[in-house]
Amino acid sequence: MFDLSKNHFELFGLPVSFIVDGAALGERYRDLQRLVHPDRHASGTGQEQRLSLQQTTRINEAYETLKNPVTRAQYLLSLHGIDMQAEKETTRDIAFLTEQLQLREELEQARHAGDTEAVLDDLMNRISTMIKKLVAQMAMQFEDPIPTNLAAAREAVRKMQFLNKLLSEAESLEAELEDMH
Amino acid sequence: MALLQIAEPGQATAPHQHKLAAGIDLGTTNSLVATVRSAQAETLPDEQGRHLLPSVVRYFADGVDVGYTAHEQATRDPLNTIASAKRLIGRAVSDIKSLGKGLPYEFVKTDSRVPRIHTMAGDVSPIEVSAEILKVLARRAEDTLGGELSGVVITVPAYFDDAQRQATKDAARLAGLHVFRLLNEPTAAAVAYGLDRGADGIHAIFDLGGGTFDISILRLNKGVFEVLSTGGDSALGGDDFDQVVAEWIMEQAGIADDADHKVLRQLMLDARKAKETLSYAESTELDIAIPGGGHWLGQLNRETFNALVDPLIRNTISACRRALRDAGEDVEEVQDVVMVGGSTRMPRLREKVGEFFRQPPLVDIDPDRVVALGAAIQADVLAGNKPDNEILLLDVTPLSLGLETMGGLVEKVIPRNTTIPVARAQEFTTFKDGQTAMVVHVVQGEREMAEHCRSLARFELRGIPPMVAGAARIRVTFAVDADGLLDVEAEELSQGVKASVTVKPSYGLDDEEITNMLQASFEHAEEDLEERRLAEARVEGMRVVEALQAALASDSEKLLNAQERRQIETALQELADVIATSDADAIDAQAKHVEQVCEFYVERRMNSGIQQAMAGHNINEFE
Repeated sequence: MFDLSKNHFELFGLPVSFIVDGAALGERYRDLQRLVHPDRHASGTGQEQRLSLQQTTRINEAYETLKNPVTRAQYLLSLHGIDMQAEKETTRDIAFLTEQLQLREELEQARHAGDTEAVLDDLMNRISTMIKKLVAQMAMQFEDPIPTNLAAAREAVRKMQFLNKLLSEAESLEAELEDMH
Repeated sequence: MALLQIAEPGQATAPHQHKLAAGIDLGTTNSLVATVRSAQAETLPDEQGRHLLPSVVRYFADGVDVGYTAHEQATRDPLNTIASAKRLIGRAVSDIKSLGKGLPYEFVKTDSRVPRIHTMAGDVSPIEVSAEILKVLARRAEDTLGGELSGVVITVPAYFDDAQRQATKDAARLAGLHVFRLLNEPTAAAVAYGLDRGADGIHAIFDLGGGTFDISILRLNKGVFEVLSTGGDSALGGDDFDQVVAEWIMEQAGIADDADHKVLRQLMLDARKAKETLSYAESTELDIAIPGGGHWLGQLNRETFNALVDPLIRNTISACRRALRDAGEDVEEVQDVVMVGGSTRMPRLREKVGEFFRQPPLVDIDPDRVVALGAAIQADVLAGNKPDNEILLLDVTPLSLGLETMGGLVEKVIPRNTTIPVARAQEFTTFKDGQTAMVVHVVQGEREMAEHCRSLARFELRGIPPMVAGAARIRVTFAVDADGLLDVEAEELSQGVKASVTVKPSYGLDDEEITNMLQASFEHAEEDLEERRLAEARVEGMRVVEALQAALASDSEKLLNAQERRQIETALQELADVIATSDADAIDAQAKHVEQVCEFYVERRMNSGIQQAMAGHNINEFE
């Protein structure tokens, strides 16, 4: 039954795990949408339309959450009873923070570098590698969800938020440059 | 099995009878209407075989003229002839000033937030002008199809904001049309193309119309169109290309900037003609009448033209790049680029778009008609004429939606390119001790400061219990429906004080204004408002009856026991009986009653469908 109390994973008939089969998730998302989307109920009764809107909204939310590793990790943590204060939490790992400062400086300097594109490319590659590493770590931590592992995953989420933000800033700089020529 | 007999002449009783539906492309320059007949989408011509309807309305003291004749008279009667109403719809007077010099109308100062243009027939809003165009197109469809339309799909630029969408829906309401859905123009074009090709993969839709530009990146996967990103400029279109050419002519011919309405209007027409000629010719001769007598003779060649329009084309290419980035796709991934809109006939534009996407763009379907054709296909689906149809469109919000917070900053609640329908909540708190009210200012746009974004609505949440600063918890919920329209609700969590708005007021008409306009139009048509209401109540009642009859026929055996079924059938029969009377209120009340009675059944049906679909995947994963 379509039960609004089901968790996001159960909604798509997927095991509760950090490792998600993206293709299966997409396929089930589309299958559910084919059934419940408001366009499928445009000639139904008002109540049917409301129900359809409500369920589609829920499915979209679940899909969005599971698609992205950061929101997926946060959601998994919440299923384990850990509610993160989203972006208000920050890491206290000094080495990591120092590295962030350096990366940020590099990004600033890239703007004025002669070969901005190459510098930016290299920077973005390094950030992406760091993100991938964290994702791989989280996958292992969630496989064995003992408290220390969950705490480590929480810390990884905090770091991911830093890295994602930096990456998107690098991307906007790249976009700015592309628009100029 | 009990049978429901409903004697209502001209109304459908069979659940799967074909319903009349149409798709309307309400364009800046031209509009079209299309429908699906014998499984084929086609645009509908007027009596003289013309498919396009110029989006021009000329007002007389006692009526209106829409289309070609109005268009031809535009230069002779510029103040009473409104063209390009789409550029004004859903906008405030202040926006319109910045829209430019090309608008030769007399704007009236009013209390309403909606700009009004002074004409011989009184002051009219862009919403009313659009309603006149919609009426002509709907009548064309009804005359051709021989019956009343059950509903329409109206297309809007993907980049239209909430106010512009709401205003378009208001125009349809004024025209007396039931809107199944507002559909984004690029998505409509994708439907028209996608059906023919059935190619799974990434597609780009480049849509340059008379007054708006859209770029959408979407993925087609077994009949499901997922819009990945959309971008563009709701104030950039073919008109701007005409404008730069007109400015060039003025400079060459020595015509002053402050020339009068008629001169400007004629210049825009000359400029457009030159642009169109240059689509196939290498150069064009110009013969321009100079105000105060005399002519300027000149020539415009393609090279000069290209230099004039290249900056505008560059803007469109930048938007393409941003849209691809938002979609997270590389240019190599794009399988094809579909060109939509009359302005994409410019060879220079095709060349530049082809260069960027590294392939020649697709132009197989008439760029003027492709949107209307897609809308017609979708209207046919939404009317319920294709129960086994596989096509599904998953669209997104074109612009971020957010709230103004301390210091005029914007807190985004729903980021752009989020799949709709969507609902998101965000918690806020008070910043002063004992604060009992809070202003909720809803904005749309990508900028960081609220003043640089589009203001959609402002409302107050009152009755917050006095607490120390930061102790109150106020949850603001944004919900965007399948038409892309926003609802906002604010709630204080500890005491449950609520306030909500359907975001509408800022640049739309309020309900009273609409009722007044409707009344005025019925006085003109000498139609009875009561009669209209009864007709509407009957249609709505019939829709409930038909939807439930179809449902009962398909699965009541499986999902209902005898008693439940009897209960539903009795309620339906009562509704059918009351539809035969002339009491609109009673029909509405009974229809509502039926919906209540059937609530559990509708829910059961949807759940059983989902259960089946999920069971198809892997039985072991389920309980």
